[in-house]
Formats: sequence, structure tokens, C-alpha cells
Amino acid sequence: MAGTGKAHLRDGDDTLLRVEDLVVQFPVGRTGLTVNAVSGISFDVRKGETLGLVGESGCGKSTTGRAIMQLPRPTAGSVRFEGNELTTMARADMREARTRMQMIFQDPISSLNPRRKVRDIVMEPLNIWKRGAKDDRARVVDQTLEEVGIDPTRASESQAHQFSGGQCQRISIARSLVLDPSLIICDEPVSALDVSVQAQVLNLLEDLKERHGLTLIFIAHDLAVVKNISDRVAVMYLGKLCEVAPSDELYRAPLHPYTNVLLASIPVPDPGAGATPVAVTGEPPSPVLPPSGCRFHPRCVNALEVCTTTEPELREFAAGHFVACHNPVLSSPVAVQVTPSATDAG
Amino acid sequence: MSEAHVPSGPRYAMSDSAHAYDRSLPSSLLEVRGLKTHFKTPRGVVRAVDGVDLTLQRGRSLGIVGESGSGKTILSRSIMGLLPRRNTLREGEVLFEGHRLDRLSGKEMRSYWGREMAMIFQDPMSSLNPLMKIGAQIAEPLKVHLDMDAKTAKSTAERLLREVRIPEAARRLEQYPHEMSGGMRQRVMIAIALACGPTLLFADEPTTALDVTVQAQILDLIGEERRERNMSVILVTHDLGVVAGRTDEIAVMYGGKLVEKAPTATLFANMRMPYTEALFESIPKLEEPSHSRLRTIPGRPPDLVNPPRGCPFAPRCVYARDRCYEEPPPLVPAGTPDHVYACWYPVGSPEYHERRKELGKEDLVTVTLAEVS
Repeated sequence: MAGTGKAHLRDGDDTLLRVEDLVVQFPVGRTGLTVNAVSGISFDVRKGETLGLVGESGCGKSTTGRAIMQLPRPTAGSVRFEGNELTTMARADMREARTRMQMIFQDPISSLNPRRKVRDIVMEPLNIWKRGAKDDRARVVDQTLEEVGIDPTRASESQAHQFSGGQCQRISIARSLVLDPSLIICDEPVSALDVSVQAQVLNLLEDLKERHGLTLIFIAHDLAVVKNISDRVAVMYLGKLCEVAPSDELYRAPLHPYTNVLLASIPVPDPGAGATPVAVTGEPPSPVLPPSGCRFHPRCVNALEVCTTTEPELREFAAGHFVACHNPVLSSPVAVQVTPSATDAG
Repeated sequence: MSEAHVPSGPRYAMSDSAHAYDRSLPSSLLEVRGLKTHFKTPRGVVRAVDGVDLTLQRGRSLGIVGESGSGKTILSRSIMGLLPRRNTLREGEVLFEGHRLDRLSGKEMRSYWGREMAMIFQDPMSSLNPLMKIGAQIAEPLKVHLDMDAKTAKSTAERLLREVRIPEAARRLEQYPHEMSGGMRQRVMIAIALACGPTLLFADEPTTALDVTVQAQILDLIGEERRERNMSVILVTHDLGVVAGRTDEIAVMYGGKLVEKAPTATLFANMRMPYTEALFESIPKLEEPSHSRLRTIPGRPPDLVNPPRGCPFAPRCVYARDRCYEEPPPLVPAGTPDHVYACWYPVGSPEYHERRKELGKEDLVTVTLAEVS
């Protein structure tokens, strides 16, 4: 699953964000070992586009989101945002750049300060950046709160715990919007929500994107959710990219065996569909000692000899559809076989 | 039935003639009649569960579906007798193999917990003791409920870990919860729940904290164990997708009440309650093109201190008419066997079609900005 290679990067003036060869490593205590959270991925996002980043826990998708924000700065690679290189940017400039790129997190309740009034939380970015006069700030905050469906009066009287999970997520969205950013990185924003509330938040993000001309990076593990909101989807596995394609295309003809696994795992709300056999066993191996060759090969039903030694590069199979695999799945949908549980990875 | 009943499942004792009647009767494993569970709070009485009837046969699986605050978790805990007694009002009957559980004291319930009914919780990290090794945590119920000695308990724990497909079981016994991934921890929780061979397993959002790939594995594991052990399973979730392929029957809960109940295939083929329909339509479907608008349910579940007078769903229901706000609809049969629903103007009724025609698709998907409070 190697996703080295940059064949999928696009040229053009409307590229808002371009990430090249991004590497993020963390030391493991004093052991001298390294967690290879992200191992050389490249992608770009155009203005007004929504890029979905999908993968299991530990695949590096959240780390990628944070590395774009330079939280912390990546170990290597380049992140160009609105034409400026962020990795070498001075701290003060970087703070300023972060007003143009905001983040919303998975757990809406814990990402809001429990002791403060919600309206003050939403106001804070404006106060820090001293945007406009006091009245203007109040107007922007109330307007934004109303836009996300929160009553400003209630917000000025209440703390986060007095709102439901879905409302807290909308408050987080309001907070990310007040500085008028061009890019919002949404890190699993709906994973902790009920399906009915999830639908509200997804629709809201779509509306706001349209109204404010936003560009979104939407990080999630649920391909059905990602498909709904994204224009383009990048599938990640263990710090590498496996497949990049327009979202309808990715679902119509998933090429990478891992993408097929992810698709097969989605619970289908149709009892007639029958139980999908478990498409993959075990969990991803440790990013401390990633497998040789293609990182997915120990769990892959399509693995060949070459997969154990050589890392595949991203190559284009159809227009805009890139895959990093030596033996991609060409007929779709695929009957994914059940591998014996003996190969279960710890 | 005033004295404590000691369970005598076939795994524990030779069939004792005194108890033979439980096994020979074709009666249900679990029967819940008119169960109410109310909590006294400073704000008033919270009617978390408000008159629920359920039956579950041995070896069958039931999905309980609803949003947060619908009462689904309280229902399962109330059945199992896991709620604090103080400030809790419980009414109605819970019959397990014909025995009244609702009258038993906490001490008497202990003979049921683990051996007859067990529960898997949503968050495996906070349900496991971070200071105890995995092996000791699995062995604990074996020692307490089944009187096993330490050595037998340890070897049984290892067998259980293998059964829930944890590789290198012997080594894992010596590990602490933080050394395992979320999926592995949930497998450990399942091993603990299965340890004493329960006949009824509650799984309360067992996969909500997990990745989709791991979710599929865990749900399959629960299904396999159910078939192998002829165990009954109650799967509590907010996601209709999770229960679709994995349960025999589904009960949809709203505002502390059952609003629809049917065999799984029937429910999906012919859902009658608008709430069920709204839950179903709010799930993003892979077949739909990207950027499809999703159906949303405006507002929030009702305040269970002051539940609405009529149908609890009426304030959020796009098909609601005057009668819905006035009179609570009873559960009525839908025509096909075992299918009941509570709605005055169900999906498919002339009134429903009339309203559906009036509404554009936009009305079903718009985020209502005015919160229903």
C-alpha cells in the first residue's frame, strides 16, 4: 500500500493545498524506535473541493490532518497552502496562516471548554485576532450561531454540557467559521453522533461549504459517510495512500483490495443483502515496524510475491482514478474471500 | 416465587427434576410486560422507559434501535436489574424462563448475572479495569459465579480468549488493557461476558467506538457465538444498518416506548412508523451518488420529564396531524405476523401519501434552524 508516487497530483492555479512526500514520525519513549505515522504521502485539494481521507484507526489520517496545520510540524515533506510553504514558515506567520485553516474534532463535547459560555467560546478567535469592533464581533458570532442552528441567546447563557452532542458539534463548526477560513479540516466530525444527527451535520457542512466557498478535508473511517460528502476520496493504510479517486468512481470501481475491504465492512441497512463475510481479519500491524513491500500485503487476499518486497507506486487506471497496488481488483464488485483467522494480526 | 432462584442451566448441573419444568416448557426465554422505569430527579420524574412489552425466544436475536435518549440503554439495564434502587421506580414484569426477576433483590440477581445474562458495554476501555491483567479480569467471574479454582479459571480464560479469536492467547492473559487495541479490548469484553455461559447476552452499542472493519468482525463474532451456544442476544444500537443483517427481530424505541416492532425482513420491507422511516432515510447509502441530501430528523428526542401528550414523535414528525398531538397512538398489528406499530397515520396510509406529495424532498432534508426544545 505504498503510496509513494505523485502521479495523482494536479497542476493548476486553483490548488488550495498541496502536500508532497509528507512524513510524520514520533519517537517511542527512550527505546530508540520510531512510529511511522505517515510515510511519504502526497495529495492536493482544489478550491471548493471536499477531499475525504479514509482509513482505519492508526492509518495516519488524523496525523495527516494535524501535520497540515503544523501541529506538530511534519518530520519531512512539503505542505503548500494558498501558495505558501508552511513547513518552513516562521511561527508568527504560521499562527496567522492557521486563521485560514481551521479544524473540527471528533468529540464535540470535550473540544469545548466546559466552564465557559458557548457564545464566548465562539467569540474567542475574533477576540484573539482583534477582528473588527466589539459590535461587529458580536454580530458575526450571532450570525454564525444562527447559521448553524444554535440560538445565540441560549448560547450566551449556557455551557457546552447543556447542549446535545449534535449541537456541540455545530457550535464547534461555528467556532471554526468565525475567522472566515478557506480550509476546514474535519477530523471524524460525525463518528460520535447518532445517525439522524450525523445527517444534520453532514447536510450543514454541505450548506456552509457552498455559502462560504469553503474547501474541506473530511477525515473518517466510514466510507458511506465520506462518499456522501466528498468530491474526491483518498484511502489510507498504515501511513500510505492506497487509492485516490473521485468518490462516485471509487465506489463504482474500487481497485485496491483494501478499499474493497472497507466497502464490504459497511453495515448495509438491508436484511436482504445478507451478511457480508468478514472481509479482512485482524487489525493493521504496528506502524513501528511496518511490513516490507506493500504495507497491506499481510492482510491482502490478492497479495503476490512482489507485494512482499516492492512498494507499489500510485498509477492511473482510469481518468482521475489512481491506485497503488501490484494486483488491483479489476472486476467489481469483488467477492472478497475470508482469510483464515490464523493470520490474525495482534 | 419469593425465594432466590438458582439457575440450573444444562452447563452447570445435571437436569434436576425440580427445575425440569423451565426447560421443557416452550415458553420464551425472556418476557417483559408493561415495564416502566422512572427516575426521580430534582427536575421531576424522568420516564426513561414507559411501558414496554417484549418477548424473546431462546437462541434468537433482537435489535433495539433508537436515538440517544430514547431509553434503549435504560431498558436493557432495567431488564438486567443493573440500575440503582434509590430514586428508581420500576413497574411491570420481567420474566426470565418464567421466573419473576423484577421482584428479586440485588443479591438474588447475582445468581443471574454472568451465568444467565451478561452485558457488553460500548466503551471497552472504561469497562475494563486498567490495573488488572486481562487474564485476571476474565477469571474473576469464573471464580465468583462458577466457583472455579485459580488454575482451572486461568486455563478457561485462555480458551475463551482463543474463542474470541485473539491470537497468542497465553501471552495476552498477562497484558493490561492499555496494551491492546480497541477491537481487541472489545473481544476481551466479549470473552468476559461469555465466560459463565449466559443464555442471554446484552450488547449495548458494542461497536460504536470501533472502526467499520473491526465492527464487522465483532458483530460476526457475536453472531457466531450466539449460534454455537444457542444464546439469545439483545443488540442495542442507534444504527439500523448494524442490526439489519444480524438480528431476527427489531424493536424501535422512541421516548421510552416501543413505537414499532417486527421481524427484521418485515420491518425493512414494510416500515410503518414514520420514525423508523426517518432513521432509515438518514443513513448515507453507498448506492446514492455523492452529495445526496440526507433525510434529517429535526429537533431532539422529547424531554422525558414532560413527555408530549400525544404521540412522542409528533413534534418532529413531518406527517403529524392534530390527532397526533392529542392522543397517544397504541401499538396495533400491521397485518403481517408479529409486526406492530404505534402511529395514527402510518407510512403507506392515504394521509401519509397525501402529506408526502405535499412535501418536496427539500422539506425532508432541511436542517431546521429553530430548535425544538
